Amino acid sequence: MKILVCLSNVPDTTTKIRLTPDNQSIDVTGVQWIINPWDELALSRAIELKEKNPAVIEKITVITVGNKETEPTIRKALAMGADDAVRINAEPRDAYFVAGQLAEVIKNQPYEIILCGIESSDHNGCTVGAMLSEFLEVPSVSSVSFLDVENGNVSLNREVDGGYEKIQTSLPFVAIVQKGIALEPKIAAMRGIMAARTKPLQVVEPANIEALTEVTAYELPAAKASCKMIGADNIAQLVDLLRNEAKVI
Amino acid sequence: MSVLVYIENWDGKFKKLSFELLSYSYGIAKQLNTSVVALSIGNVAEEELKKAGNYGVSKVISVNDTKLNQLVNQAYASVISQVAVKEEASVVVFANNLTGKAVAPRVSVKLKAGMVSGAVALPVSTEPFVVKKKIYTGKAIASVAVKSAIKIITLAQNSFGIAENPAEVTIENLTPVMADKDFATTVIEANKQTGKILLTDAEIVVSGGRGMKGPECWPPIEELAELLGGATACSRPVADEGWRPHYEHVGQTGKIIAPNLYFAFGISGAIQHLGGVSSSKIIVAVNKDKDAPIFEAADYGVVGDVNVVLPELIKLIKEAKGQ
Repeated sequence: MKILVCLSNVPDTTTKIRLTPDNQSIDVTGVQWIINPWDELALSRAIELKEKNPAVIEKITVITVGNKETEPTIRKALAMGADDAVRINAEPRDAYFVAGQLAEVIKNQPYEIILCGIESSDHNGCTVGAMLSEFLEVPSVSSVSFLDVENGNVSLNREVDGGYEKIQTSLPFVAIVQKGIALEPKIAAMRGIMAARTKPLQVVEPANIEALTEVTAYELPAAKASCKMIGADNIAQLVDLLRNEAKVI
Repeated sequence: MSVLVYIENWDGKFKKLSFELLSYSYGIAKQLNTSVVALSIGNVAEEELKKAGNYGVSKVISVNDTKLNQLVNQAYASVISQVAVKEEASVVVFANNLTGKAVAPRVSVKLKAGMVSGAVALPVSTEPFVVKKKIYTGKAIASVAVKSAIKIITLAQNSFGIAENPAEVTIENLTPVMADKDFATTVIEANKQTGKILLTDAEIVVSGGRGMKGPECWPPIEELAELLGGATACSRPVADEGWRPHYEHVGQTGKIIAPNLYFAFGISGAIQHLGGVSSSKIIVAVNKDKDAPIFEAADYGVVGDVNVVLPELIKLIKEAKGQ
């Protein structure tokens, strides 16, 4: 079996978000770039599965849509344990564009399991994985919280309101994964970092696909009014405020 | 032309979420000078379907086929797309919940319809069609223009109020065209907790952190939740320590919630925790540390011992309710 993990290159999650003076872009000066946390969990699980079933899982490929600046992030994925990588040389213009580009490369390749993190920490779109599955015309399972491969059989759970469901699927398929899929991200050891330098990273030019959406402006949220402090000996006032001012109880 | 809205049912009943979606869709329909068609998939009685009429819907299409009793993403996307084409929908609306996230992107590709997920308000303009959404987990807002003829929007939880607009509604029962190849996934077992209010549905959430000292301190949290008809939740360390079950964990790596009222007892307010609760309408924080970051996110705060403040709060709320 071959596993493909789709990665997104995002700003470190503690980054303070600033806008350029014209509000047309996020100011990325000094930003530290990382693998989108959910994609990192997806990759970690893929690596765990390969370690568990070396005879069944032949290789793990990572793929991303991004320009040359994303290569350090791709090398991190290779250092964690992916076997090879593909970079589609384009700015990720919107989810439809990204999913379409990924599909063009993937459609003629025999991956049984395609993993996507459910959300990216920058746009919080939750769209690429499911869009990709439709471009490829394969089944998708979303909100996957558990994925295992045993003797070549794939078992997975997806979250539903109030619990989870065990799902059976045909292959190939796209698993859109969330927390729980791997307990902790795999850490790249020194040996992995060394090996990553020589693992194959193929660059392909993008296909002719249009983006269907475009961000026209950014803004920062209105500053929140400061917290009204109530004395610990005056809880009656808190109850009054919640009832009569906030009207939430 | 129409605005098509997919409304989900749970055991044949619509939840508050569905009525928010209908109200939102009615708002868009007014902007576009058109009408709302609602689509329901499942076994929903006519009496329940007619409720959509209270929210300005002129037609409800009901699809009821046993093959669709479980969510199968490919099949649902196919049915919803068919109806969108049939009703000449220019906008298709979903909730940004588990189902919306699973199905809407597939519909987007089927219809070549640009998508905005997690919209927080009605479009700011219709020509060009621009909708705002939160990005960077709420640290910024993006105005997104959709350039395609058909637009898809998923609405962020608890971001649009319910508005009643009574209308004459007709019910249409539809048998969609379905292909076997769209049913390549099956549910083999379902495992759901019943009886308690779902954390993601609750309008009031009472949550505790490490400042609560230990699992033995939880009964007042449960009591306050019960008193207010809410759900209980906790921060990540509490779930990791095993004091509370994992499904109660709210935060960036747990559940993201948007209740009307969120109580944070003994929670310091780490960025990852706030990422899960910052869309709450009102946050009340109680913490013994006056410099705890939670007070920057809260609307009301008390610096004090949670194990003293909480019972006092319960007592006073009971009195206020005449108990």
